[in-house]
Amino acid sequence: MTKVLMRGNEAIGAAAIEAGCKYFFGYPITPQSELPEYMARELPKIGGIFLQAESEIAAINMVYGASGAGARVMTSSSSPGISLKQEGISYIAGAELPCLIVNIMRGGPGLGSIQPSQTDYFQATRGGGNGDYRVVVLAPSNIQELVDLVIEGFDIADQYRNPVMILGDGMIGQMMEPVEFKKPKPRDLPKKDWATTGTKGKRKPNIINSLYLEAEELEEHNKKLQAKYQAIKENEVKVESYNIENADVVIAAYGTTARIAKTAISQLEKEGYKVGLIRPITLWPYPYDEFEKINDKCKGILTVEMNTGQMVDDVKIAVKGKYPVHFYGRTGGMVPTPGEIVEKVKEIYGGEI
Amino acid sequence: MTVVFKKTKGLTDVQTHYCPGCTHGIVHRLVAEALEELGVLDETIGVAPVGCSVLAYNYFNCDMHEAAHGRAPAVATGIKRVRPENFVFTYQGDGDLASIGTAEIVHAAHRGEKISTIFINNAIYGMTGGQMAPTTLVGQKATTAPYGRDEKHCGKPIRIAEMLATIDGAKFVERVTVTSPAHVRKAKKAIKECFQVQLEGKGFGIVEVLSTCPTNWGLTPIEALKWLEDNMIPYYPLGNFKRPEEVE
Repeated sequence: MTKVLMRGNEAIGAAAIEAGCKYFFGYPITPQSELPEYMARELPKIGGIFLQAESEIAAINMVYGASGAGARVMTSSSSPGISLKQEGISYIAGAELPCLIVNIMRGGPGLGSIQPSQTDYFQATRGGGNGDYRVVVLAPSNIQELVDLVIEGFDIADQYRNPVMILGDGMIGQMMEPVEFKKPKPRDLPKKDWATTGTKGKRKPNIINSLYLEAEELEEHNKKLQAKYQAIKENEVKVESYNIENADVVIAAYGTTARIAKTAISQLEKEGYKVGLIRPITLWPYPYDEFEKINDKCKGILTVEMNTGQMVDDVKIAVKGKYPVHFYGRTGGMVPTPGEIVEKVKEIYGGEI
Repeated sequence: MTVVFKKTKGLTDVQTHYCPGCTHGIVHRLVAEALEELGVLDETIGVAPVGCSVLAYNYFNCDMHEAAHGRAPAVATGIKRVRPENFVFTYQGDGDLASIGTAEIVHAAHRGEKISTIFINNAIYGMTGGQMAPTTLVGQKATTAPYGRDEKHCGKPIRIAEMLATIDGAKFVERVTVTSPAHVRKAKKAIKECFQVQLEGKGFGIVEVLSTCPTNWGLTPIEALKWLEDNMIPYYPLGNFKRPEEVE
C-alpha cells in the first residue's frame, strides 16, 4: 500500500473510517477541529452519520446511545471539552460500552491555551468522572502510530467493552507525516448481543445501565470491572524502550516529548553519553514492568513532559525507589527543545541534581 | 369466557416503586399500551431518566437504555441515528427535562430528531425529596423554597410545552393530565398521536403530562389530584400546541 501525507487530525478520521466507524458525534474545539471537519466531509459518503452536537456533554451522550445500540462510534475533543465529557465517559465505562474518545490536548487549567500540552495525564489515566473506572489510554508519538492505534483502539474497545482514549496533543494533531493504513492483528471480538436493537420479539429486553441501588450488587459490578481491568493490564501494555540495559540515564517520555527526547538522545550519544528511553504507548495500563529492565548502575531517570510532572508518580511507582527520579517539563504550550533535555541529562550525569 | 381486560404486554411483571397516588404508574401503562397497540413494542428502545422514573427500564417490556440526568434526548439521538428503523422514546421528569437537560431537549427538538418524549411535570423534585423544580408554582413550598417560590428570586415556572412548540423541528406538542378517566383517555390519544408522528418520520414529538406528587406535596392522593387541577392546570393549560397538518 502506498503512503499518503496526512495531517494528524485528519489521519485519525481516516483511520477510524478504515476501522469501520460510521458514527461521529462531537463539538468543535481547537486544536482538533480538523477531525470533526474531516468526518463531516467523509462520513456521509459512506452512509455514516456526522452530527455536531449542541455541547460536548450532548456529544458524549450521543456516543453513549449509539454505542448502546451496537455501533462503532467515536468522539473527539480537546482538554476543556474532554472535561465536559467526563460525565458521559463515566457512564459509558459503568455500562461497559465500547467507544473511541480522542483528546488532542491543549494547555490548562480552565480555558488555558490552544497550544500543545500533556496536562491531562492525570485526568486520562486516573479517570475524571466519578467512580472506580479506567479508560485504556493510548499515546502515539508519530502519525503512523496514531493511525495504527486508532484502528487497534476500536478493537480493544470492542474486546473489553470499554472506552479507549487516544491521548495526543496539538503538535500530533497538526503535524503532517506519510502514513499507510494497515489492518491490526485479528482479535476474537465478542458478539454485541447486549445491544439495544429492539427485541424483535425473539429475546428478553436488553438494558444498558450503570445503576445498582443495592450495595452488594454495585460491589459485585465493581469487582467485575476490576477483573476486566486486570485482564487489560495483563494483555494490553504497549511500550517502546531503547538501550535501557546499558544506559547511565533513562528518559521516560510519551507522545510528542518522546520524539524530542529521541533527538536529544542521539545528540548525547554523539558526545559519548549512554542514555536510554522508556516510551509508554499505553499510559493506562502503564508499563511498570519495563522499568525493571533498567541496569543497576543507572544514575537516574529523567521524566520529560509538557506539564508540571504528572507522569512522575507512575515512574516513581515503577522504579520502586531504586533510582532517583528527576523531572523536566514545560507548560503553557511551550515545547521542550532537545537542547534543554540534553542539558538536564548532563546535570544528572554530573551529579548536579 | 370473553376477556374484557388484560394487562398490556408493554409492561413487565415487576412491581413499581412509585409512591401511592403518584400517576407515574398510569402514564407508564398508557405508554406501554400505545407501544403495543401501534405494534412497535418489539422494535422499541426506550431511554430512562434520572429521578423518580429512574427504574423505568425495569418496567417497560422493551429494550431500554439508562441515561445520565437530563441527557436522555442526547442518548436517544445516538440510538435513533444508528437505528432509524427502531422506535425510540425518552421518559423524563421535570428536574431532568426542564432543568439540567434543557439544552438536550431543546436541541433534540430543534434538530427534529425523530424521537418521542414523555415529559412528567409534577412541579417538584420527587426522588431527591421535594426540592424546588423549574416547574414549581409561584408560592408553592418546596424543601429548597421553604417560604414558597418567589418569582423575584428565581423566576416564574417554565412552560416547556409552549416553549418547545415554538421550535420548527418539534412537530407534535401536547399537554395532558391523568386526573380523571376522561383525562386518561385524552392522554392516551395524545401519546399515540405523538408516537405516530415519529413512525411517519415527521420529526420530534412530546407529550407533557401534569402529574401528582402526594408524598412531597404533603397531600393525600385525592387531595393531590384536586390540587393539580386547581393550581397546575390554570398555569399549565391543557391542550395541543402543535401537530403536523397531515394528522390534524
